Amino acid sequence: MQMNLRRLAGAVLISSTALASAAAAQELRVGLASEPTSMDPQFHNLATNTQVRLNIFESLIEQDPLQNLEPSLATEWEALDDTTWRFRLREGVAFHDGTPFTARDVIYSVCRIPLVENSPSSFSIYTQSISGMEAEDDHTVIITTNGPNPLLPVESSTWAIMSADASGAEAEVTFADGTCEGLGEVPQQQAFNSPELVIGTGPYKLQESTRGAQIVLTRNDDYWGEAPDWETIRLRPITSAGPRVAALLSGDVDIIESPPIQDLPRLEREGFSVVDTLSNRVIYIALHQEGPHSGITGTDGENPLLDARVREAISLSINRDAIVERIMSGYATSAGELLPPPMFGTSGRPADPYDPDRAKELLAEAGYADGFGLVLGTPNDRYINDEQVAQAVAQMLNRVGIRVTVDAATASQFFSRRNNQEYPAFLAGWGASSGEMSSPLKSLVASFDPDAGMGVTNAGRYSNAEMDELLQKAMVTIDDEERSQLLQQAETIVLDEHGIVPLHYERSAWAMSPKISYEPRVDQYTLAYAVRNAEAD
Amino acid sequence: MIVYLLRRVGQSILAVVTMAVLVFIGVYAIGNPVDILVSPEASQAEIRATIERLGLDKPLWEQFLTFAGNALRGDLGTSFVYGRPAVEIILQRLPATFELAFVALLISVLIGIPLGVYAGLKPDSLGGRSVMAGSILGFSLPNFWQGMILILIFAVWLGWLPAGGRGPTVELLGIPVSFLTPQGWAYLLLPALNLALFKMALVIRLARANTREVCLQDYIKFARAKGLSPRRIVFVHVMKNIMIPIVTVLGLELGSMIAFAIVTETVFAWPGMGKLLIDSINLLDRPVIVAYLMLTVVIIVTINLAVDILYSILDPRVRLSEVKG
Repeated sequence: MQMNLRRLAGAVLISSTALASAAAAQELRVGLASEPTSMDPQFHNLATNTQVRLNIFESLIEQDPLQNLEPSLATEWEALDDTTWRFRLREGVAFHDGTPFTARDVIYSVCRIPLVENSPSSFSIYTQSISGMEAEDDHTVIITTNGPNPLLPVESSTWAIMSADASGAEAEVTFADGTCEGLGEVPQQQAFNSPELVIGTGPYKLQESTRGAQIVLTRNDDYWGEAPDWETIRLRPITSAGPRVAALLSGDVDIIESPPIQDLPRLEREGFSVVDTLSNRVIYIALHQEGPHSGITGTDGENPLLDARVREAISLSINRDAIVERIMSGYATSAGELLPPPMFGTSGRPADPYDPDRAKELLAEAGYADGFGLVLGTPNDRYINDEQVAQAVAQMLNRVGIRVTVDAATASQFFSRRNNQEYPAFLAGWGASSGEMSSPLKSLVASFDPDAGMGVTNAGRYSNAEMDELLQKAMVTIDDEERSQLLQQAETIVLDEHGIVPLHYERSAWAMSPKISYEPRVDQYTLAYAVRNAEAD
Repeated sequence: MIVYLLRRVGQSILAVVTMAVLVFIGVYAIGNPVDILVSPEASQAEIRATIERLGLDKPLWEQFLTFAGNALRGDLGTSFVYGRPAVEIILQRLPATFELAFVALLISVLIGIPLGVYAGLKPDSLGGRSVMAGSILGFSLPNFWQGMILILIFAVWLGWLPAGGRGPTVELLGIPVSFLTPQGWAYLLLPALNLALFKMALVIRLARANTREVCLQDYIKFARAKGLSPRRIVFVHVMKNIMIPIVTVLGLELGSMIAFAIVTETVFAWPGMGKLLIDSINLLDRPVIVAYLMLTVVIIVTINLAVDILYSILDPRVRLSEVKG
């Protein structure tokens, strides 16, 4: 009996490993840190969803690993005037069900976005500037916007192109004066549980999606672009970092995203390869600049943060290089701007030096030679080593006399409290999804005007009319060169008066088996189709 | 018997209602889900629309009444994140968790009872002492650490078993299960063992204590005097009599294993309900959290009820005393 059991167990193990190795050659298994909330490509504006949908559904324009715009379903695009754009579509592209891709699909896709029900975060923020679309012919689309919008090409890289036929649209789909017609009954996201409706133009087709367990993709052999290396791709959400690393170590998966940085040396020692790159996310400290705050003590109710000298002192007293080296283990770069250069709209400004003596002088000049008490809010599970960074900053500020206490909270608590302005200073991060400067400027430092969508994350309420004006101007300037200049000027105003204190740019890392390679991306996406089989090359 | 049943059912309903109030208030006290859900680039108009759509602009009592009214009709709300009914999302995950919990229960019973009885029969032998010492480890080592060590040994070092996830499933009566394929078992073994270790220690201790107690009873002595084989004494006379307390405790523990396999599911990336709960808490997906907790309350209350009834069948004295009282 005992022998039998042992044999049985042995047989089970052998058969499972045999199965695994037979499939291994053409199969890529990816360990993801989070799971998409839906297979509907237009349901949820979330990086997790986007990086999965890009395997199946494409956009008119795609962003390369450095977030430069590259042709995808559109081959060229140009602004005819301030509010009219022409997109030329790629010919000879077919959807997974074999139907050809035409201008009608583009119009349908944009029209459907605001009609997606129960979307936790809608893509309509990227389509609301579009007031009409017209198919000049099957492969040319004219887009009209309700004002100059230089970001239209970038925004068009965020929304997925769906098949109008597969979604049940009528023969003619029109979009004029803000009204869409001919959409038929728009399928809602529940319908996308079955792979039959998940019809895109991308390099992979959806074969199976089991919530919590895995998403299986098979290669689209009729793909118009470069054929990807893998017959099938298995995406597995492994949300905890430890088990994700264990899955890589044991060979359960071939590549994992966001490995914990303290494990990277060990992974490299064991023969795994690690790639990393600067991300578009800056970690910053925002300071309360609107009247007094109960979190500031020892100043008789005054708010010292209103004084630019005090803000500069704070910036000078932070040893960014030490934070990068000791706390981030080198997986960060000291930041002097809100977006790492040479991305669009950056000026190449270096990080503020570490100069505690000058900081003390500045504090004395401002009348705070004895310092003051300050609460520094931080999330403890959102950014890489976020709480440790905040603790380090607190110690550094204590050395120049600013008595900082760190108030750390879990992300869901932190963001609510931050938006309620409960912190006089807080550490947070901003990833510029558009990959250019107007994104951080508009959200982090533009004067708070939520109805206009300006300064929505500006919980410190920094405000400078001159910078607002430059930003507004940049946001309606179509010419790239001119817009870049305006954005640089606007950013320089903010940084000169230390309206916000950038700390570092996070580096994002991927760890993988030595048999495969991946070009790291600034936007932190793990694009499974772009993973290469090093043995095949 | 009927009076007894009715009274137990009444108590169960009361427990469910009390939990509903507590859970609802508790969940609504933590954080504002809109701050997590909506893209940080969204404008105020969009945020306002989201708040209205989710009904978060209404006062707490009104939200609770809406929730309670819908709950009575079996609707526990729509997930903020997935945009689908919370119950549906949880039920999708239910088979995986049930499978894990039942296999874990099976392991703990099949290994725990023999070891416990052995330790009870031979309390001073080296084997008996080792079993007891081992059970202390099962009790005291943290669950997640046990899980990581299991992964380290069996997946990373030896490479015998996968480090996590659930194996391929086949449909059994329309429910996807993974225990019918050898590959499914390869995935199931480690998490089930992890979940079973603590319960196993519990079963060993219970079985040992009860065996020692039963062995001193007159009927065992009598059986021995009568010349029955030790095998018959253990399997018929001892086993039968130690089962009542073990069934009671295991019933309770099964409920907690189903409801709170969270640690094991997280460590092994097992796509069950517990992992869903953790993910939902991080995203402040209130309807799913509330529905989950309500569902576990119902499960635990139901299991308790079933255990009480089973108990009254196993032990006629319970039934009799209820009839008298």
